[in-house]
Amino acid sequence: MSENSKRYWRSTQELTNETGFVRNANEEFPGLSNPSHANNEAKGSGMELSSHRRDFLKVMGFSIAAASLAACEAPVKKAIPLLNKPEEYEPGVANWYASTYAEDGEYASILVKTREGRPIKIEGNTLSSITKGGTSTRIQASVLSLYDTERFRGPRAAGKNVQWAQADDEIAAKLKEISASNGAIRIVTGSLLSPASKQVIADFKAAYPSAQHVTYDTNSAFGLTKACKIAFGESFVPGYRFDKANIVVSFGADFLGTWISPAEFSKQWVSGRKVNKHNSNMSRLYSFEGTMSLTSANADHRNAIRPTEEGQYVAALYNAVAKLTGAATISVAAPANAKFIDEAAADLVHHKGTGLVVSGSNDFNIQLLVLAINNLVGNIGTTVGTEATSNMKQGDDEAMSAFVKELGAGSVSAAIFWGVNPVYDYPQGAALKGAISKLPLSVSFADRPDETAEACQFVCPDNHYLESWNDAEPLKGYYSLTQPVISPLFKTRQAQDSLLKWSSAKADFYTYLQEYWKAHMYPQQKVRDNFRDFWTYSLHDGIFEPKNADWRTHAAAAPAVTGHEADSHTEPSGLVHGETAAKSEAPASSAKGFSVDLGSVTSAISSSAKGSGFDLVLYESVGMGSGRSANNPWLQEFPDPISRSCWENFVSISMTTAKELGVVVDEGDTFLLNVTYNGVSMKLPALVQPGQNKNTISIAVGYGRSVAGKAGVNVGKNVFPWISTANGYASNLVTGVKLEKTGEEYKVAHVQTHHTIMGRDIIQEATLSDYKKDPSAGHVSHLISTPEGPKKATDFSLWNRHERPNHAWGMSIDLNACTGCGACVISCQAENNIPVVGKQEVLNRREMHWIRIDRYYSTNDVSALGVLDRPGALEIPSDDPEVVFQPLMCQHCNNAPCETVCPVAATTHSTEGLNQMTYNRCVGTRYCANNCPYKVRRFNWFSYPDNKDFAINPAQTDLGRMVLNPDVTVRARGVIEKCSMCVQRIQDGKLTAKRDNRRPKDGEIETACSQSCPADAIVFGDMNDPESRIAGIMETEYEMRSYRVLEEINTNPSVSYLTKIRNKAEKAHA
Amino acid sequence: MQVTSPVREPLVTGGKTLHDVTNDIARHVEGKPTRLWYISFIISVIVMSYGIYCLYNTWWVGLGVWGLNKTVGWAWDITNFVWWVGIGHAGTLISAVLLLFRQKWRASINRAAEAMTIFAVLCAASFIMMHAGRAWLAYWCLPLGNTYGTLWVNFNSPLVWDVFAISTYLTVSVVFWYIGLIPDLATIRDRAQNSISRFVYGTLAFGWNGGAKDWSRYEAVSLVLAGLSTPLVLSVHTIVSMDFATSVIPGWHTTIFPPYFVAGAIFSGFAMVLTLMLVTRVTFKLQDYITMGHIESMNKIILLTGSIVGVAYITEFFIAAYSGVDYESYCFINRAFGPYWWAYWSMMSCNVISPQLFWFKKIRTSITATFILSIIVNIGMWFERFVIIVTSLHRDYLPSSWAMFHPTRFDIGDYIFSFGFFFTLFFLFAKYLPVINMFEIKMILKSSGDKKSKPADVHAAKTTTV
Repeated sequence: MSENSKRYWRSTQELTNETGFVRNANEEFPGLSNPSHANNEAKGSGMELSSHRRDFLKVMGFSIAAASLAACEAPVKKAIPLLNKPEEYEPGVANWYASTYAEDGEYASILVKTREGRPIKIEGNTLSSITKGGTSTRIQASVLSLYDTERFRGPRAAGKNVQWAQADDEIAAKLKEISASNGAIRIVTGSLLSPASKQVIADFKAAYPSAQHVTYDTNSAFGLTKACKIAFGESFVPGYRFDKANIVVSFGADFLGTWISPAEFSKQWVSGRKVNKHNSNMSRLYSFEGTMSLTSANADHRNAIRPTEEGQYVAALYNAVAKLTGAATISVAAPANAKFIDEAAADLVHHKGTGLVVSGSNDFNIQLLVLAINNLVGNIGTTVGTEATSNMKQGDDEAMSAFVKELGAGSVSAAIFWGVNPVYDYPQGAALKGAISKLPLSVSFADRPDETAEACQFVCPDNHYLESWNDAEPLKGYYSLTQPVISPLFKTRQAQDSLLKWSSAKADFYTYLQEYWKAHMYPQQKVRDNFRDFWTYSLHDGIFEPKNADWRTHAAAAPAVTGHEADSHTEPSGLVHGETAAKSEAPASSAKGFSVDLGSVTSAISSSAKGSGFDLVLYESVGMGSGRSANNPWLQEFPDPISRSCWENFVSISMTTAKELGVVVDEGDTFLLNVTYNGVSMKLPALVQPGQNKNTISIAVGYGRSVAGKAGVNVGKNVFPWISTANGYASNLVTGVKLEKTGEEYKVAHVQTHHTIMGRDIIQEATLSDYKKDPSAGHVSHLISTPEGPKKATDFSLWNRHERPNHAWGMSIDLNACTGCGACVISCQAENNIPVVGKQEVLNRREMHWIRIDRYYSTNDVSALGVLDRPGALEIPSDDPEVVFQPLMCQHCNNAPCETVCPVAATTHSTEGLNQMTYNRCVGTRYCANNCPYKVRRFNWFSYPDNKDFAINPAQTDLGRMVLNPDVTVRARGVIEKCSMCVQRIQDGKLTAKRDNRRPKDGEIETACSQSCPADAIVFGDMNDPESRIAGIMETEYEMRSYRVLEEINTNPSVSYLTKIRNKAEKAHA
Repeated sequence: MQVTSPVREPLVTGGKTLHDVTNDIARHVEGKPTRLWYISFIISVIVMSYGIYCLYNTWWVGLGVWGLNKTVGWAWDITNFVWWVGIGHAGTLISAVLLLFRQKWRASINRAAEAMTIFAVLCAASFIMMHAGRAWLAYWCLPLGNTYGTLWVNFNSPLVWDVFAISTYLTVSVVFWYIGLIPDLATIRDRAQNSISRFVYGTLAFGWNGGAKDWSRYEAVSLVLAGLSTPLVLSVHTIVSMDFATSVIPGWHTTIFPPYFVAGAIFSGFAMVLTLMLVTRVTFKLQDYITMGHIESMNKIILLTGSIVGVAYITEFFIAAYSGVDYESYCFINRAFGPYWWAYWSMMSCNVISPQLFWFKKIRTSITATFILSIIVNIGMWFERFVIIVTSLHRDYLPSSWAMFHPTRFDIGDYIFSFGFFFTLFFLFAKYLPVINMFEIKMILKSSGDKKSKPADVHAAKTTTV
């Protein structure tokens, strides 16, 4: 190859070496040179010339990186900072508002805890002299119903979403048209406690003169109100005072569980059940009831009568009382088994004016006779209040039947259903459904789908009560207010506003309510001299009780406020539990004229239908009630206090019947029974109920909702159609029921499958007479023989004591006070974000509740049996058992077996006596749960917040998550959890005290369970604080009533129990 | 070295020469796997795959797929764990304790028994991982330095002791086993026909050259490791038993547990060794190495340990009655007559009654009977752990919490996993490593070698007469 010496020039400029060319020869883009290079050139670095290509690459690299980064979606943060923070709003600090719960046949004055604008917890309002801070399961659970994903998002017409304006126009036009032609308009409501709402209905009736108001109670007390109408000339439910009753006789009235106003009555009744060294007075409860209700379970003496013979038993008691008081007796056949009648009569006569006889029957004849007994022993006006009467039940069964008849006949043109669901819970619901769908106008105010709303043309969804303004008058002259604590979540509107709108009133209901209070309540008091103050105070306190001396003192002591200051960072003052004995003034005892014609009552009772086949009692269960809250998973999973089962209704049969039918219930495995009444058969699972009358079966209503939502639909069977209206009232008792065993096996989810204490002294109890002789009666001391003589088991320890330099939190639980109602269970669930796990997981024995209420039945005497036969015999409850409830949560042992075995120190002891669980340290060996003698530790078997099998868990939806307490971690899969003694509340209380530079006051810090307990059975406090109630109990009851469960294994719990004392009648043949 | 009485039964029969020994044992390593091996191995892998599917579910979905509940927090998981750990004990006992006691018959079975130990401990460890709710954090049970400040493991917890015990056990067992393998690996290296084998076995043999110095070091290390392992035989199951013994649960809280658990572990371990060896013996035609003498000796140990276990069971009952503690008495009455009576009586008949059959020489020396009984013993020992764990937990102090445990298919599947895992490893071991300790067999050939020399003597005598 020859050398190529040819040269090529890019241009003639290069050939001629032109200066301009030479300068730019090495630059790729000569025109683009950076002006700043001019300065750098002076330094002669020479980099500038070569750096452009690199810069280009850098820029290109950056652009690509930037472009690809920009393509990655930045997470959308939903948190929006406040531009203008409302004055009373502090993130992380709870606001409390006083309000009122009055739904589903229950009432309570409440405090609502809101965090970041979300209501998350309900507590009782201790200012109320009616409920005195007591709540119930359903009241506690109501906050979850606010966040029900099934709620109506807005008004609907013919099953389609519409705008309010459109719905209003159409409804108002139709109403006008109907009214013009004088067509019948009916507003069907439950018992309205609200005076203002009643006024709204009155206004509505004025606007539409053909409108009538029908009051319909699902669990009606029409027999009682009718009896009062006959006896006193006025239809009401007497204002019962269980706190003033030394002797209570209940004929099937479950006043602790479901009857009239259980939260109120529990508070009252328990105030007479607290005994200690200084006060050994205690009321006595006789129960004559064929089924095992909560009240029956708490009775000192119980006779499982046949429900259809109740009249005879009441008559027998009447006669026994009459004999003792010298009144005329009546002639009614004596009942089959008059056990405890004479004792009850003697007690009633002995405690004249301080006894109380109640009956749950809806037969007004029985109620009249009960009133007559109360009259004989002077209880009318004292324990059977006739002045401050109760508005809890205003239902008129006759009016409702008339309405149904009218509806069937087609003579009604428009029906408005407010807070009622008769298609589901009226016996002829199916017929009603057909009739409603044919109406020219039908409106439901239901806030979530139900059977009646489905049949109606229009659904004008009401607000949830936490989004509403309202008032209530549960007892005559005792008022309370409901205020909204959150803006309506959806396009819903208060029913009162709808009615006002349709009756062309201008005011909204809030203004209307204020005007109403200005006109009617404000004049009833003299403490406030202007309405503004009066309103603000009433709203702040939630109550207005002009007849209550306590209220007057409290109100007078409070400083004047200006402006809208209805909230408070802490609870209203005076929230300290403690003295629960009725401080409020009794309503004037001047009895209204009482007159009863016992002749007609006698003949009616004598001729009442005799029981044949089985008597069937259709009762409301403590958790589910009438089934209104069926879509509330907390309530569905709430274990029934007696049966300890959930997610189901079942047919309770006696042990005798079970034997006859060959039904054995083992670990929830049972059989389906065919229950036939009135030609209708239903298959229901059997549950053997100790203490049930052998001719009686019982089934809970409130189940079997066909339209309810994912948690509530088709859970159990609907037995409302079996409610009898034959005698002119809705009777939950029918007779002539047939029972057959089908071969089909079935599982009912139980949280407790062993019902006896196996002769162990985990429950320590005594009778009152023994207790009076020896205040340590029933207390079991565990002694160990040593060479130096017997010593207490707790004197031996391997452990060094934990130091308690500051606080020592502890709890004392009075077994005598606990009625077993379970309000604490739901309260704890709400406070501590406890997941709902569903029926299958409860069947798998994996419910997550941190507090449980163990229910034990007594057994027959086994001392005659051999050692090997005894355990088997001890497992079988007595057919007529005594019942005891024992709330059990983490015992916060000072020598905690769980703490030593955790390999990673995830559960440790605090310096304040708490057994702490560190979720994020837990690796999930479950060793602690195994080694816990109380079995209170719960394991997260699945990821409940996101495993799709647990769709019913509220934490699975955005809406449901709003109920979660932000102070409490939602636990991950694979970790153990358990009661923390509401450590978040303790911390909060300590911080508040520290901010104020003081020690926390006793009662300032309450755990969820102790706060919600309507029986004040749980006392929580600092055992190091000598002023605290708990320290007082520990001191006075030491070695007396106070005991620790499993003391002998020396776990040294911080939770102690007070023995159960039963007030047995001296001569009672038990 | 040692004098062996000529009246003793020879430990190796069939008149094997040293070369025969090498040939018989290395044959399986060097040759193509047999059909039988393929079938067994594939079955093991299939079983393990199903197990892995179940395991995946357990870990991915949560422990809720098992049948545990709020009352019974451990059941099959820890039953399986203790069972596998127990099985492992035989290997250590054979290799360490019997070595120290100069029990020469151990030579034929120690290799496989040690391998079994390791695989069994791995299976046991898999249950530790499985039973943790958050297995991915199980390493927190190790005392590792961390950034959590003072947060460390809880040295009070028997589970931490367990972690130490099991990890020590696994480490020592692996080291002991491997050291013991080295001379045989060298033999296989020397015989290797292809370069891959030569390389692999050569690497594994750590340059063993069979020199006197090698042997001297080997002997020293073996003895030290045997000394180290011996306390482990006692300590591991003692510590495992403390998981229960230190608790407060009636039926667990028992001071008799440590010796009782150790005896039970040896009992089940020997049974498992027998099961495996009887199979290996037939499939690999090693009847001359694993003789009736071996089987009988092991049966005698099973009889002894089985009786110890039986006495322990009865003692527990006596103490429960004698203590006067209601909970304790109830626990034992409930074991025998409660809802889990069938588990209790399965345990009693398998563990206490069935080994008593070994008093009869006919049964003790019957291959079939031994095989059946060895399996029955392991079933019984599984039930023993099940009875201890489940029947104690399911009805403890408060009757309100009493519950039953019902296994799900994942409880069973995860147990199946451990079998698949175990046998997969065992078959790999049986194929790729010498299942019998060649050099130790050669040693006992020498010391009890009268048999070998006899035909030669006869021959010599014959020639002289001619």
